[in-house]
Amino acid sequence: MRRRIVDHTMTGLAVLTVILVIAPLLAIFSYLVYRGIGSINWAFLTQTPKPVGEPGGGMANAIVGSVTILTIASLMGIPFGIGAGIFLAEYGRNKYGDAVRFICDVMNGVPSIVIGIVAYSLVVLRQRHFSALAGGVALAIMMVPTIARTTEQMLLLVPQAIREAAYGLGVSRWRTTLSITLRTATSGVITGVMLAFARVAGETAPLLFTAFGNQFWNWKLDQPTAALPLQIFTYAISPFDEWHRQAWAGALVLIILIVGAVSAVRIAVRHGTLAGA
Amino acid sequence: MSHQALPRPSFNAPEPDRAARTDLKVQANTAPLLPGKVSEIPDALFGLLMRLCGLAVVALLGLIVYELIARSQLSWHAFGWKFFFQSDWNPVEDSFGALPFIYGTIVSSMLALLLAVPLSVGVAVYVTEMSPGWLRGPISFMTELLAAIPSVIYGLWAIFILVPILRNYIQPFLATTLGWTGLFTGPPYGIGMLAAGMILSIMIIPIISSITREVLSVVPQHQREGVLALGATRWEMIRMGVLRNARAGIVGAVILGLGRALGETMAVTMVIGNTPQIMKSLFATGDTMASVLANQFSEATGDVYLSALIEIGLALFLVTIVVNALARLMVWSVTRGLPSKSIA
Repeated sequence: MRRRIVDHTMTGLAVLTVILVIAPLLAIFSYLVYRGIGSINWAFLTQTPKPVGEPGGGMANAIVGSVTILTIASLMGIPFGIGAGIFLAEYGRNKYGDAVRFICDVMNGVPSIVIGIVAYSLVVLRQRHFSALAGGVALAIMMVPTIARTTEQMLLLVPQAIREAAYGLGVSRWRTTLSITLRTATSGVITGVMLAFARVAGETAPLLFTAFGNQFWNWKLDQPTAALPLQIFTYAISPFDEWHRQAWAGALVLIILIVGAVSAVRIAVRHGTLAGA
Repeated sequence: MSHQALPRPSFNAPEPDRAARTDLKVQANTAPLLPGKVSEIPDALFGLLMRLCGLAVVALLGLIVYELIARSQLSWHAFGWKFFFQSDWNPVEDSFGALPFIYGTIVSSMLALLLAVPLSVGVAVYVTEMSPGWLRGPISFMTELLAAIPSVIYGLWAIFILVPILRNYIQPFLATTLGWTGLFTGPPYGIGMLAAGMILSIMIIPIISSITREVLSVVPQHQREGVLALGATRWEMIRMGVLRNARAGIVGAVILGLGRALGETMAVTMVIGNTPQIMKSLFATGDTMASVLANQFSEATGDVYLSALIEIGLALFLVTIVVNALARLMVWSVTRGLPSKSIA
């Protein structure tokens, strides 16, 4: 009898933990949508921030800035990440590969703020000013290990027989890797890239002292640039209600951008635009 | 010779020597379809390029270590080991000690683990051992979704929802019931160590629970069947047959969660209060290694100040590297040989 009571109690406790974990998720999402929807309007998406006290204004420059920084990061991070992934899967079945694999896993755990310091001392200190470029470098460094590991896992899922079939036809190794193995794994690799992208898209800490933020439009890559997460942070810790409202709107836009980018690529992959297999 | 008008199949192979062909009527063509000369150099180049990409990851780590060490020299020479045991943080007099931040990081992370571990292990156990099949997917998906929310949005939510709830309901309640422990005394601001620990715990639940789930699913089915056959109830089966076998992996998952909590910056910065002090009460404001970097780095004037901040960054980096390496090894020891799912 006692054992049965313990059994039921434990089942009850397990259900309770599930409820306790799901509750904050629902709370965060519902409140985000509730506060965000009410605050997004056309001005928010097309104007730059207004000075304190003036109502209105928006985050258009921050949205564009985020896109700029993420483009820079993707251009630098994705090729290197996929290259390292190919190395791990095709050339790294040895001790050296194990070392790189372990370093990738460990680098995934390095706090993003530390990456920010490194980008600061690599780019900002040398250029002598904050820039979109520095922000892009910081985010690119964060993307490489994640992309490398997911690419490797996806390439390893491609059956060895397919590679051998290509070799048997006299296709060289590099052609096999690029047009057979990588192409077969395309959708998986892209999913991995999007995961890395979504992870860095919301990052704030590495941008604090690299991209720095900007209240105005900026089209130069070597000048301080606004970014959506930075703007949300600045507004959230400010004492002004109007800015709080905009922080919620910014948060909703950020989530929509991340989810939108990820699902757009997924749909494109599924419907054959980029499909390899 | 009518076939000459047809386009030849476009192999890169050189034209066979027609004159030689007519002389030797029967001879097997032993040359490969694509001659070696064409494919060897690109192959070597491609291999080299990919190896360089692999090397770049190692170089990146080296670069991080080098930059952090080089830029923190000034502070290291000025304070030595004392830096980590001194609680005075005074930019005006160029006197720096990292103890309050180390204390804040440890306390907030431990608090987060205390809250997150039972919850995440509970969710993992429920999903792998108890839940009906159709619930499995949605629950996993929702916990994973928690991991996709940017840190700054957690912070935003914490400032406007969690902190008021703490201030108005939870902190007064804790003060009256557990105030005698000394951990829950002082004015209930809402912001402070307790808020930081709570938001951290919400943020590390996904990673702990997804890895625990992976580890639990590796426990062989016959273990469960064996324990059940001995007449155990379901909970006894889970306790003796599953959890005991997965111990090392679960500990690894918890340490990975710890690694995440140690380095988490934005959400903590937004609710911890950012005051470099060591207080026993969890209601008091504090500061962590990551949050002091976020707050003071871009306005650090003076070389020693900047160098001291970078030294905190270096210490944080080394601690998380060790913690993560340890955790990876423990998780690997359980899931080795199995195609592990990506752990982002």
